[in-house]
Amino acid sequence: MDTETTILDRKTSSDHATLADKFNLDEPRVDWHDKTLWFIRKKRDKAASQLQEWEQLRAVASDIKNNVLANLHTYLLAFERNAQQHGITVHWASDAAEHNKIVHKIIEKTGIKQVVKSKSMLTEECHLNAYLKTQGIEVIDTDLGERIVQLAGEPPSHIVLPCIHWKKEEIGELFSHHLGTPEGNSDPQFLTAAARIHLRQHFMSSRLAITGVNFAVAETGEIVVCTNEGNADLGVQLADVHIACVGIEKIIPLRKHLGVFLRLLARSATGQPITTYSSHFQKPRKGQEMHIVLVDNGRSKRLGSADFRNALKCIRCGACMNTCPVYRRSGGHSYHYAIAGPIGAILAPGLDMKKHADLPFASTLCGSCSNVCPVKIDIHDQLYKWRQLLAQNRKVGITKRVAANTMAYILSHHTLYTFAGTAGRWLMKYVPFIISNRFNPWYKQREMPKPPEHSFARWYHQNRNFK
Amino acid sequence: MKVALFVPCYIDQFYPQVAIATLEVLEKLGASVSYPEKQTCCGQPMANAGFEDLTDPCNTIFIRQFSGFDYIVSPSGSCVLHIKDHLHSSANHEETSQIKKKVFELTEFLTDIVGVKHLNSKFYHKVGLHQSCHGQRGLKLSQMSELIAPDFSKPQDLLRMVEGLELIDLDRKDECCGFGGMFSVSEEAVSVKMGKDRVADHLQYGAEYITANDMSCLMHLEGILRRQKSPTKVIHIAEILNAGL
Repeated sequence: MDTETTILDRKTSSDHATLADKFNLDEPRVDWHDKTLWFIRKKRDKAASQLQEWEQLRAVASDIKNNVLANLHTYLLAFERNAQQHGITVHWASDAAEHNKIVHKIIEKTGIKQVVKSKSMLTEECHLNAYLKTQGIEVIDTDLGERIVQLAGEPPSHIVLPCIHWKKEEIGELFSHHLGTPEGNSDPQFLTAAARIHLRQHFMSSRLAITGVNFAVAETGEIVVCTNEGNADLGVQLADVHIACVGIEKIIPLRKHLGVFLRLLARSATGQPITTYSSHFQKPRKGQEMHIVLVDNGRSKRLGSADFRNALKCIRCGACMNTCPVYRRSGGHSYHYAIAGPIGAILAPGLDMKKHADLPFASTLCGSCSNVCPVKIDIHDQLYKWRQLLAQNRKVGITKRVAANTMAYILSHHTLYTFAGTAGRWLMKYVPFIISNRFNPWYKQREMPKPPEHSFARWYHQNRNFK
Repeated sequence: MKVALFVPCYIDQFYPQVAIATLEVLEKLGASVSYPEKQTCCGQPMANAGFEDLTDPCNTIFIRQFSGFDYIVSPSGSCVLHIKDHLHSSANHEETSQIKKKVFELTEFLTDIVGVKHLNSKFYHKVGLHQSCHGQRGLKLSQMSELIAPDFSKPQDLLRMVEGLELIDLDRKDECCGFGGMFSVSEEAVSVKMGKDRVADHLQYGAEYITANDMSCLMHLEGILRRQKSPTKVIHIAEILNAGL
């Protein structure tokens, strides 16, 4: 036991606890990060409380999504049929690699070398940008926050607010370096204007636009893309080719259901009544090519799992991140997955249990996420269930396993439990340094409890037992 | 009314005064209380770490110790929630489901079963109430701020009956303290930061005591307060309710 890490679970340099440790080295920054996201949670509370029917809306949204998941096959085929009738080419991708290849093939045919892309967590999940780069194609992310992290060479740290971990002064510096804005200028309005000019050049010159999809309507074959910046619209309207990438769970049955989801989405995400743009794309304009890539990438497998299925209800609002006390104090990058926070922690292990075995443990199971979720995903219960599955598959570190087994053994035998308690209290009292030392993570920043003379059981036995 | 006192293992070992206060409050309010002496633990520490598989013996002990009572009462929302959600036994279905119905956290028992409307308790201090998550969101002891629904709080109602007690407001009335069982050591940095932030919220409004339904949260907050050499103390809600009763 020569280092502190040996007493904790097999920490790798990239697991959540280690990355969170690093994030916490700068406490004022943690405070700033926490307060920024809490402010958004409060905005959400205010916006939600203005709708008397909020809880009813959540229930209806959850029901609609449950219906979708129970009939996904039918809705997907209806969606495909309706989209094709409007001249859209529909592709099916079983995994991230196939998705990337399909997108590349479409781009390759056009000979285009630079494309614009509006926000799409699915393409983050599939690492599309990196793949296209290897094929000699540059992707310009046009969402301002995404462009900022792209210029910085980082992944987004939040699904709705990709650069929420960046301060405006740092963005000023970044822009000064990449866009040539004057050094020391961190005025948000000025920087936004500079980004606008920079992005406009790409919008004007790019003939191919990739977008994500918030909702795919089975009834009409249309897709709906929600943005605050209008960057999806501008990209698509100026391009000859539009590729929309969509996870198969994004289906909703009827157009009228948008009346439920659009009301929930922006309020949950940022506390806005609705996103500035909710754009419907139903067919290519004359002379334009439109493709929709429907991506599975582990979703069907999840659909077959009763315990984890309803994570597919997620509409990617990010409310669970804003409310999560752990996310706010560890930052999105500590989750080392495209989707951070509580929802990421239940999605990621489904794709790679070993790689993401740490994430379901990055939670106190406080339950705030499940109750803020606009589609009522039982996030914290799924975190608990993932922990069980990870332990059963021996993906939980040796220290935790030994600790659990030792505790279970002691607590399974009353006499042993009584003895261990007495011994523990005695040690804490007479040789406290055995426990209160630098190898004990509890003691690093907290005092140990003061051991009492006797247990309650002993007190009861002496004082009440023969009553 | 035959009540069994269910004492969480860490309260038994480290905070006996909390169990004594719980016993005395229940007795003073007219319950006939006994403490099944061979009880150990609800199994939560293992289960939350992913090892629910290892809790069968704990379940067996629990069922054996707590069968046949009218009610089972515990000074912990977290342990009660664990029993309600996860107690299982392939051999004793009926008793298991009976236990799940009869197990109550102390303040919900006082509010919902005993129907306490008045208390003679006295506690002349400024107190901050920490809403422990499992009690609040799991057992619904208080309304959670995420839901757009009418406000209520069973522990707060009881604290308001205590003479001299001044309940302080908080900026974040129901944020988790960061204890989280093994989380407190495996995610030490975030756990402590969460605890420090909770403590700061109580201190900025002048709390002399921080109270809660769960001693585990308070053990964590106490560790931080004592490291900061703060004069503010933690006290379980049972101890406040028992004061001067």
